Amino acid sequence: MEAMKETVDQSLREMRDTFASGRTRSVKWRKTQLEAIIEMVKDNEDKMCDVLFQDLGKHSIEAFRDELGFVMRSATTALNSLDKWVVPRKSNLPLLFYPATGKVISEPYGTVLVLSSWNFPISLSLDPMIGAISAGNTVLLKASELSPNASALLAKTIPSYLDNKAIKVIEGGPDVATILLQHQWDKIFFTGSPRIGKIIMAAAAENLTPVTLELGGKCPTIIDHHSVSKDMKSVVKRISGGKWGSCSGQACISVDYVLVEQSFASSLIEMFKPVIKSFFGENPKESGCVARIVTKKHFQRLSRLLNDPRVQASIVYGGSMDEEKLYVEPTILLNPPLDSEIMNEEIFGPVLPIITLRDIQESIGFIKSKPKPLAIYAFTKDEKLKTRILSETSSGSVTFNDVMIQYMCDALPFGGVGESGMGRYHGKYSFECFSHEKAIMEGSLAMDLEARYPPWNNFKLTFIRLAFREAYFKLVLLMLGLKR
Amino acid sequence: MVKVFQAADATDLVTELRRSFDDGVTRGYEWRVTQLKKLLLICDNHEPEIVSALHDDLGKPELESSVYEVALLRNSINLAVKQLKDWMAPDKAKTSLTTFPASAEIVYEPLGVVLVISAWNYPFLLSIDPVIGAISAGNAVVLKPSELAPASSSLLAKLLEQYLDSSAVRVVEGAVTETTLLLEQKWDKIFYTGSSRIGRIIMMAAAKHLTPVVLELGGKSPVVIDSDTNLKITAKRIIAGKWGCNNGQACISPDYILTTKEFSPKVIDALKQELEAFYGKNPMESKDMSRIVNSNHFDRLSKMLEEKEVSDKIVYGGQKNRDKLKIAPTILVDVPLDSQIMSEEIFGPLLPIITLNNLEECFDVIRSRPKPLAAYLFTQNQKLKERFALTVSAGGIVVNDIAVHLAVPTLPFGGVGESGMGSYHGKFSFDAFSHKKAVLYKSFIGDAAIRYPPYSTGKLRLLKALVNSNILEIFRVILGLS
Repeated sequence: MEAMKETVDQSLREMRDTFASGRTRSVKWRKTQLEAIIEMVKDNEDKMCDVLFQDLGKHSIEAFRDELGFVMRSATTALNSLDKWVVPRKSNLPLLFYPATGKVISEPYGTVLVLSSWNFPISLSLDPMIGAISAGNTVLLKASELSPNASALLAKTIPSYLDNKAIKVIEGGPDVATILLQHQWDKIFFTGSPRIGKIIMAAAAENLTPVTLELGGKCPTIIDHHSVSKDMKSVVKRISGGKWGSCSGQACISVDYVLVEQSFASSLIEMFKPVIKSFFGENPKESGCVARIVTKKHFQRLSRLLNDPRVQASIVYGGSMDEEKLYVEPTILLNPPLDSEIMNEEIFGPVLPIITLRDIQESIGFIKSKPKPLAIYAFTKDEKLKTRILSETSSGSVTFNDVMIQYMCDALPFGGVGESGMGRYHGKYSFECFSHEKAIMEGSLAMDLEARYPPWNNFKLTFIRLAFREAYFKLVLLMLGLKR
Repeated sequence: MVKVFQAADATDLVTELRRSFDDGVTRGYEWRVTQLKKLLLICDNHEPEIVSALHDDLGKPELESSVYEVALLRNSINLAVKQLKDWMAPDKAKTSLTTFPASAEIVYEPLGVVLVISAWNYPFLLSIDPVIGAISAGNAVVLKPSELAPASSSLLAKLLEQYLDSSAVRVVEGAVTETTLLLEQKWDKIFYTGSSRIGRIIMMAAAKHLTPVVLELGGKSPVVIDSDTNLKITAKRIIAGKWGCNNGQACISPDYILTTKEFSPKVIDALKQELEAFYGKNPMESKDMSRIVNSNHFDRLSKMLEEKEVSDKIVYGGQKNRDKLKIAPTILVDVPLDSQIMSEEIFGPLLPIITLNNLEECFDVIRSRPKPLAAYLFTQNQKLKERFALTVSAGGIVVNDIAVHLAVPTLPFGGVGESGMGSYHGKFSFDAFSHKKAVLYKSFIGDAAIRYPPYSTGKLRLLKALVNSNILEIFRVILGLS
């Protein structure tokens, strides 16, 4: 650990010196790094798919769609937009302040820390880094030790592509994270669980370090079967693709559970079955298209959730598990008890509870009774229901008639609220996430208003009052001595 | 008989406000505007009482109270009333080929039940301005004013209870005990104005509930004076910004001056001249300055002045009167850089001048200290202005003036590093208390098979083309030509 402490101290010192030198402020430097990231991912596509398969059993298409392609596009967007993003924004000042001018410039925080998660180890590492770099910061990445091959590949590859006096990678687990958190950072970006999020924020508080916490929650999916009956096949495909086709449900924006009216529940379940079969065949374990559970510990957690006898009794599809292969079959539950563990913690696995309601309108109250999730999904064409969902529930985001896809829309801020997190990123929001918006105001030395200065008297008081009210006409009268 | 605020009271308070919020009391446009207009009525009907309370608490001159507290608040409220519909409207967002066909927007929603903890130096402004933001954004809010300005605190409690909807807006008076009890509750946002030391405590308490915070803290705001400036105007603005704003007890007060050895005597002369013009030959008698808030702060400032190697650097002022809690406008030159007065935020009527061989050195001096809330520069040199604005990291930068950016609603007001996080004023206040919820509306048209397993090479190619937004490639794959 002493060696690690020394490494961290040294890294920080070097990054701070680099930042102080001004090198990372230049747009050219930032673009070079962004281009290098794209090149790095292109050159190492196969290796990256390999490690994602080793760590998570991800199929290369999943790897490309959710991670590699995503990162390349994110870097490209930043590259193409950077010139626009760095331009200071002029602010209009009230007439009172004439001829002063005002603007806001985005300034890098300095030396920032990115702590990423194991489920999308490449994209959740590189995407925040893209934001940090575009904004002109130096950045240190610690990827998750639960995806060791991805972490090792990043640690090995990043130094040969990026400016390694400004961008560094450290590998390790909680003990390394602890050491990192004992140091002062100018910003910390964390993706992970709410429990760890609290620890990160408390550590950041010691140094008044601003944080962005991308956490999780139970993302509900409302199916208003009345209004989307025509498209129900699509609904089921989208939900299935989102739940089981992306890291086996181990994503912060995974569909956690479904809410549907009692009358439609059994038809719904019957519709899921052929879809799951069409995706994964008769034996999903052998399909190569189902990611595995990341570690034994997580497998045992899911096992425990399912082993609750009342939950076992609610299994209507799937349910098989293989501890050796860390495989959990795409599983559907019907009405597990609401006080069971599986209905009270983020599932983060390929188990989908379907909760039935008498009336789909009750879904609003149901969602409100739980902590604010990262995303709410709703399949409905009912405008009234849409409005109710938007105005009566709170979540990081709401997506109508699809799942997961809001992640791809980089014109939308991606982040949580309440237990699901604070701060946001993607697209321009990534740039802003790692920038301090500094106000600059410039006054003129040419003109001066006596009324600004003591000694105070009634004239000055009246003058200033009128000036503040922007009652310019009355102000003129005052100055001409025509107003008392 | 004053009822003692206890843990159960804090819990009950938050429960009640949460119920009001959940019932939708604070969500509607009408409610928000009504509350804002009631705040305006407070300003209109009770200015003399406010001025009087500020005089009791701080010896604040009437003009400062009327202008820097009441008038600023009035402007802030009027702006919010005028712009609220606009602010509440969703923002449209662009979608892209990968999410096609869809439309997207960002919806502003209140965070819920928020806590505003304000400071003693501008007790009305720093209490009500954040509350304006909280209410405009549709939240229920609890205000805890500072106990170090007791007359203002109790007037705020009385007026807010009288005028505003107490099912959603409440004031809790008190000190450390009450604040601690409040901080144990789960809030949807905490907005704190005060010191960096307490800011840390606030953020740590907030971390327990993953509550986002805005911390408006302070620091040593430097003033760099170049020899090409108009010295008379510079001196006047510094004086008005320092002693004319609560006698240096303001978060963006000019804390210390940096100028060249050569120019320094001229600066001192200009300051002396204008100080006399503003406050007369006996500034201790002048009614145009606030007093020091209490004996703790008086002693703190006294100690700064009495430190060895500091006390002999006084070139102007230095008189003190503990009974009256007054310290004369005091200028010092070249105190040691590691002295108390140069190590912590002064927050008082003392102004050290540090002279440099070369004005260039100012960047290192500033950079060697924690990032301040504001940094000031007086110069006509365009290159210096640009360099300063770009390389000095502070909450905000003002060139050729002092403190005025606080009154500009179109500039975000907040700190960085030790001086804070988050910002407010104008729309930034509304944003500070809102959650910007991303909303994506997707249609059922176009359900590309490439989204779903089983995965194939063709699907991979199409995906890659889509990701690269390469239309040509997309068509080629679809047509089986790639």
